[in-house]
Amino acid sequence: MNPVVLRNVAKHYRLDAVDVPALADIDLEIHPERFTVLSGPSGSGKTTLLNLIGCIDRPDQGDITVDGQAVLTLRDDALSDFRARRIGFVFQNFNLLPVLNAYENVEYPLLLAGSGYSAKQRRERVLGLLDAVGLADKARNRPGQLSGGQRQRVAIARALATEPMLVLADEPTANLDSHTGAAIIALMRKMQRELKVSFVFSSHDPQVLAEADDVVSIRDGRITGIRRMEVAA
Amino acid sequence: MNTFRLALRNLLRNHRRSLTTLLAMMVGAVSILLFGGYSGNINYGLQTDFVKRSGHIQIQHKDYFLYGSGNPAAYGIANYQHIIDVVKNDPVLKPMLTVVTPTLSLGGIAGNFAQGVSRTVLGSGVVVDEQNRMRRWNDYGFPDRYKPLALSNTPVDSAVIGTGVARVLQLCGPLKVAHCPQAPAKASETGAAAPDDIAALSAQENSDKPAQPATRIELLAANAHGAPNVAGLNVVQAVPQGVKELDDLFVMLHLAQAQRLVYGGDAPQATAIVLQLQHTSQIPAAQARLETLMKTTLRDDALEIHDFATLNPSYGQITGMFAAIFGFIAILIGAIVLFTVGNTMSMAVVERTVEIGTLRAIGLRRGGIRRLFMAEGLLLGIIGSVLGVLMALALAWLINHGGLTWTPPGNVEPVPLMVRVWGESRMIIGTMLGLVLVAVTSAWWPARRAAKLQIVDALRHV
Repeated sequence: MNPVVLRNVAKHYRLDAVDVPALADIDLEIHPERFTVLSGPSGSGKTTLLNLIGCIDRPDQGDITVDGQAVLTLRDDALSDFRARRIGFVFQNFNLLPVLNAYENVEYPLLLAGSGYSAKQRRERVLGLLDAVGLADKARNRPGQLSGGQRQRVAIARALATEPMLVLADEPTANLDSHTGAAIIALMRKMQRELKVSFVFSSHDPQVLAEADDVVSIRDGRITGIRRMEVAA
Repeated sequence: MNTFRLALRNLLRNHRRSLTTLLAMMVGAVSILLFGGYSGNINYGLQTDFVKRSGHIQIQHKDYFLYGSGNPAAYGIANYQHIIDVVKNDPVLKPMLTVVTPTLSLGGIAGNFAQGVSRTVLGSGVVVDEQNRMRRWNDYGFPDRYKPLALSNTPVDSAVIGTGVARVLQLCGPLKVAHCPQAPAKASETGAAAPDDIAALSAQENSDKPAQPATRIELLAANAHGAPNVAGLNVVQAVPQGVKELDDLFVMLHLAQAQRLVYGGDAPQATAIVLQLQHTSQIPAAQARLETLMKTTLRDDALEIHDFATLNPSYGQITGMFAAIFGFIAILIGAIVLFTVGNTMSMAVVERTVEIGTLRAIGLRRGGIRRLFMAEGLLLGIIGSVLGVLMALALAWLINHGGLTWTPPGNVEPVPLMVRVWGESRMIIGTMLGLVLVAVTSAWWPARRAAKLQIVDALRHV
């Protein structure tokens, strides 16, 4: 089953009295356990599409199915619970909670999801993820005590904490230098393969595009092409 | 990471703003508690003064309170001693009582006929020893200011008068009353001299009388049969009464003397039986028991009872006035705290818009956002009110030990300025709960606004 299916999706924004089309005629299937990149110039609609897939925005028309669930039928609280359990987010600006240290930032989604982890299992899960992203020794550091790359690593660990089937990343390397960006992409690729999670990015970073399994090209709110790499046998 | 820990860390993150908000709350709490403690002390002081003078409850002849104050003959309690015995020996009332004593109030004319002056007065006949015991009542722990009545250990024909009475009766000199100007001589007194033969007759008439002390006055009152009666009284002291109207009318004499004046050879009566209780809080229980006695043992006597607040309407007026001022101040401070906390929380929502979007995106429900900001308001309320109470207690201690004094209305001598905060648990808890409620209420609107933010709009916020 494809983790994400969009059918005939359209979205408009209203600026003062003018309707601005952001997305139109979107039919898209995200394949499971793939590294998918939504690519296009600024203003093309890739972030809007990512927001719709992430269930943090609603389309004006069309249907969206995530992990077999028709998400547009869910009420707000149910949608929040669904996001907490099934979707991880990595933001361009990292968006860590500044009053929580790295450990607590990674633990927080587990507490929100109420995912049935005991305190001990939670601790093992968080420390395991921090170790996997190379920050086991920074667990007690708050975001302000971490570099940009380290913050994004914590954000990746946070996104993976609840064992989601889908991780969405909006321009995750945009605020990092190329060296750090490459390391972050490599880390996400590694985690995606190890944890068998579907990753969807919005990006026009060539490094990201080079790593992608699937590239969805968007221009002026419409999908202009989908390039899918062959899956190695 | 529960909501309260997260809320506390958010408050500590912006510690300068949180501190400013807490300071506003502390100042509010301190203002309410200090003024409350001050007005509370005034209430206790007034109550203590009234209870010392007129007891907690008075048993009077029916309708005396409304119609009989000028007519002790018609509204006297004939068998007052029997009633006192019943009250004193009642098993329910006995443990509550400190003093039960009769009084006799009368109106009359006091004259210093040696000086040719007189004036209307209100006389009060009392049992001096029992009145002295009443003046020891100090249930609220005021600094000991006990002074026995000036009438103590004096012969039965002694009297104490107000300084206003002394002034009119031209007794300031003999009584050595300070700050008591002599009345200017009347025009008639400066007229032509009497003829020699008339003057000689007058001198002869005066020389036949035994010499009277200069402090001697006559008190003229209507007796039980409506005829005038006169008692000669020796004024032992003029005592200022604090209120001019009372000072100009006050005469206190021994009960026996007052009874002789009004009832002559008839059986003596009293216009009131004064009951002083251990504690003011016992008034309802004592009143209920007296009502029962009046329907049973004392049913043949036409009696009624009044508490000190009814007997002294100024008590209710003054406490009511302070309660109104206190309420006004509390509302004003509540409004200031409301807007201060509301402003702090609104700024926090604006500053943390992206954070709100992030929390919502990773799965926190709208209710969770609302709870987070409400928890911050609640914590501000709790911390601010606790610190405010501590600061108020410290300031009250400083004021109470600072040696400050003031002269309350109706008092003659200055009294220590006291602010009662310690021990006033109802006021403290009420203030704390009020401030916490105001803080939570003021956090409600920003919290609601935060919870209603659209996630994508919040994440895009710059």
